[in-house]
Amino acid sequence: MNNISLTNYTLHLADNALIMGHRNSEWCGHGPVLEQDIALSNIALDHIGQARNFYQYAASLQNNGSTEDSLAFLRDAIDFKNCLLVELPNGDWAQTVLRLFFFSTYQYYLYQQLQNSKDPQLAAIAEKSLKEVTYHLRWSSEWVIRLGDGTGESKQRMLDALENTWSFTGEMFEACDYETEAALAGIGVDLIKVRNEWDEKIASVLFEATLPIHEDVWMQTGGKKGIHTEHLGFILAEMQFLQRAYPGAEW
Amino acid sequence: MMDGQLKKINTAEFSTSELETAVWEILETVSDPEVPVLSVVDLGIIRKVAVIAEAPEVLVSLFITPTYSGCPAIDMMNIQIRMALLEAGFKNIRIDQILSPAWTTDWMSKKGKEKLKAYGIAPPHLQKTNASQDSFQDDEVIACPLCNSVHTRLVSQFGSTACKALYQCNDCKEPFDYFKCH
Repeated sequence: MNNISLTNYTLHLADNALIMGHRNSEWCGHGPVLEQDIALSNIALDHIGQARNFYQYAASLQNNGSTEDSLAFLRDAIDFKNCLLVELPNGDWAQTVLRLFFFSTYQYYLYQQLQNSKDPQLAAIAEKSLKEVTYHLRWSSEWVIRLGDGTGESKQRMLDALENTWSFTGEMFEACDYETEAALAGIGVDLIKVRNEWDEKIASVLFEATLPIHEDVWMQTGGKKGIHTEHLGFILAEMQFLQRAYPGAEW
Repeated sequence: MMDGQLKKINTAEFSTSELETAVWEILETVSDPEVPVLSVVDLGIIRKVAVIAEAPEVLVSLFITPTYSGCPAIDMMNIQIRMALLEAGFKNIRIDQILSPAWTTDWMSKKGKEKLKAYGIAPPHLQKTNASQDSFQDDEVIACPLCNSVHTRLVSQFGSTACKALYQCNDCKEPFDYFKCH
């Protein structure tokens, strides 16, 4: 596998974690109760920590003076390789926890395979991250069940969240060129296997949550190749403002 | 903190193994900024210390494993370790991060676990009981660090820092942190 593809694959993993972490961090100070606010902020911190590890590795692969910070703060939307799912607005609490559940399930099975990657650094990051994602998956699935099988109001909100989010789930499993290359080289993961495990987990939790399982629908794609929804631009405008206005500024 | 306890070490006067022992002693004085009762050694994040004869200054090489990927304390601990070693007289210091094998609470020292309990934080269980992703599993039975009752309940899997969960004692009613198994 060539260096450019490996870098792109690493950036894809990093961008997914960073943008998910940024979205979840938007709840900090706004959670429905203090304990859940703290929970989601902790989860966001895990995501951003994972992103840092991947960015540091990507920077070392590029070996052109880039750093974890320049990769996060100085690339434009078209360079970001995250799935569309993670950049969607938070919506209400139902949409936030459902999206996190979909994403955490994906990360859980992805990291399970990635910890056996032939690339020792990706394997090490995956091994570490998997422990954290285990908690995210447990926490988010409990919320999906609690709200889905809760009151009329909470159920309706989960149904709406499903409607808004479902068509963004397919992209996670549609391999783009750098993922295919990584998988062939024994560095990446078998996304078909991830998909099967994801399907099974989602079905069992949605069943327990008394929520319907959507059949195959047309899926939104593009994020992995840099074709994003308009939402990513707004995220970057906020996240990158300081470094763009005051290059190199530090705390 | 180091004043009176350690004079500056003239690194040229000691063997590398003596210096290695000195480095471990210095590390015992560097605490986790978020759980100040634990030293970085108690926490189990120091994976390896090597003192290597190099001209003009011996090299102190440390390998550190972060607890959680996003732990904000790790950068602070790196700085404090460096400062403590500089103060003690070491000038050539190299700190590397290693991620694999991933940090686990099994690496926390027994002394560290006792210190945690005395500080009011329930220490991690010796055996992992619920580190799986299943929803609504039975909560771990955690003893209250204050009254030792096991009649406690989980308030939240996520606490004041990434490494802790929040519990409450049903007997003495005191809320407390649990340093979760990882």
